[in-house]
Amino acid sequence: MQVIVCLKQILDPEMPSGSFHLDPNRKRAVPPPGTPPVLSPFDENALEAALRLKDGQGAKVIAVSLGDKLARAVVKKPLSAGADELVLLEDPEWEDLDHFASARVLAAAIRKIGEFDLILTGRQAADWDAGLVGSALAEELGLGCVTLARKIEVVKDKVRVERVAPDGYEVVEALRPCVVTVDSELGELRQITMPGIFAAKKKPIQEWKPADLKLASPAPARCELVDLYLPKRETVCEIIGGESPEEAALKLADKLLEKCPA
Amino acid sequence: MAKKIKVLAIGELAGNQLSPGTRELLGGGRDLADSLGARVGIVLLSESAGKTGAEAIAYGADEVYQAEAAFLKNYQPEVYLQVLEKIVKKVGPEILLLAQTATGRDLAPRLACRLKTALAPDCVALAIDPDSGLLRMTRPVYGGRALAVLVCKTRPQMATVRFRALKSREPDPSRPGEIKPVTPELDQSKIKSKFIEKVVEEVKGVPLENARVVACGGRGMGGAEAYALLEELAQFWGGAVGATRPACDSGWVSSARQIGLTGKIVSPNLYLAVALSGSSQHMAGCGNSKMIVAINKDPEANIFSFANYGVVGDYRRILPPLIERLKQVRKGPKD
Repeated sequence: MQVIVCLKQILDPEMPSGSFHLDPNRKRAVPPPGTPPVLSPFDENALEAALRLKDGQGAKVIAVSLGDKLARAVVKKPLSAGADELVLLEDPEWEDLDHFASARVLAAAIRKIGEFDLILTGRQAADWDAGLVGSALAEELGLGCVTLARKIEVVKDKVRVERVAPDGYEVVEALRPCVVTVDSELGELRQITMPGIFAAKKKPIQEWKPADLKLASPAPARCELVDLYLPKRETVCEIIGGESPEEAALKLADKLLEKCPA
Repeated sequence: MAKKIKVLAIGELAGNQLSPGTRELLGGGRDLADSLGARVGIVLLSESAGKTGAEAIAYGADEVYQAEAAFLKNYQPEVYLQVLEKIVKKVGPEILLLAQTATGRDLAPRLACRLKTALAPDCVALAIDPDSGLLRMTRPVYGGRALAVLVCKTRPQMATVRFRALKSREPDPSRPGEIKPVTPELDQSKIKSKFIEKVVEEVKGVPLENARVVACGGRGMGGAEAYALLEELAQFWGGAVGATRPACDSGWVSSARQIGLTGKIVSPNLYLAVALSGSSQHMAGCGNSKMIVAINKDPEANIFSFANYGVVGDYRRILPPLIERLKQVRKGPKD
């Protein structure tokens, strides 16, 4: 069994609010100095799903990352975590692709990889939070797609997925190969170990350019970003204090009873 | 000649009624269509439409494309996609709206691919640009830290809309409108996935989305047991208990109770934010609450920049006397 996992390098979504700045001219967030990029956390959940299939059913796991200026320490993390191979799609032409163009490049790379049973990625990238690429990838490749997985099992020619629903979950079966997007409920990526890091040094890394994928220049974005701004916040917080936590609690109780009676 | 359908919504049913999000799409879609001098259509797919067509007209639709079939009972992407692609191409709207629900977020990206158009997912505001007549779609990005405004160059201009971003209108049963039955056709060979079953995880008490008061605990709660305190607190108002994503991912609380960007969106009268930092991803789910009260050990926590009232301290020492006081008030002076 061969599982492909698509992982995106993004600005660290956990960075403190004070570090988040926009470049109004380029209409994008400025990477904060000293805060390295990370793999999108949902994509790490997808990698964990793939590694569980490796543990349980001996799947071979191929990680794929697309972009420009990919930080090697970041995009090689899947190899240290247990993935078998890494494919890097890195080119200035691929820096600012829209979701649909990204899906086209990933689809071309996956066709070049050739053999696969399952394609996994996060439910959404934690920068643009769109959740489009996984679905668009399935459409590009003409495959079925199950989104928001919290559990994935491969049974014969089918992939059985528990899909997160607002009030529980749905069980869905898809023919393989298919695309599955993964929710955080599936579980966090396992800890990276020292033996894992050493083993990663011997694992193969392929670097492909547009010419390797025989792709024409990417299509222009279908959407134009006309504005990007920070929302204004006008709330002023009244801090309720006291000599002791108990006193503050009683003052808060009075405030709540006044503002919001039962 | 009748005015053209320029705004088309894809509706969802909740039982034998329109879902609340669908009513909002009709209200918001109506506003957009009115500023374009155009009509609003809605597509409803179901096993049996019942009176939902008439309900859609009362909430603002001019035309209802109603497809009924046993195979439409449960949402299955390749089934719904086939039926919807045909209807949308036939109607040819300028604007296509879906709700950002479990179904909408699954369906919309693939439908956009098939229509060869773009999609602005999870929008919080939609408006027609008075100069160009194009749809300006505003959506939070970077986990809610920033807002992006997008304009689509292809047609239809397609958006999914976050719950509570648009306003439903009061239903008017006397509104004129037309129900157009559509016979759905299905090519079984194109079906690649199958719905097997739905497992409902029972959540006790008031549904989060409807609660007037929500008490929400974050990573700082420290464990599952601590949520009993929040239950007691919320009980005073007959409210509900929620949790942040880290708390749900740690297994302390069922994910059905998760509030935030990837969980539920609530806007209660009172939101009690306990031992949670107030990440932008979390605030995406509760930022529209009428009043936010924060209890947190860390005076620098982001939640204090959203809260109306705050107490800096350990919830373990603040909640018990607070709950005690509220209980005394409930019992009245006689006890």
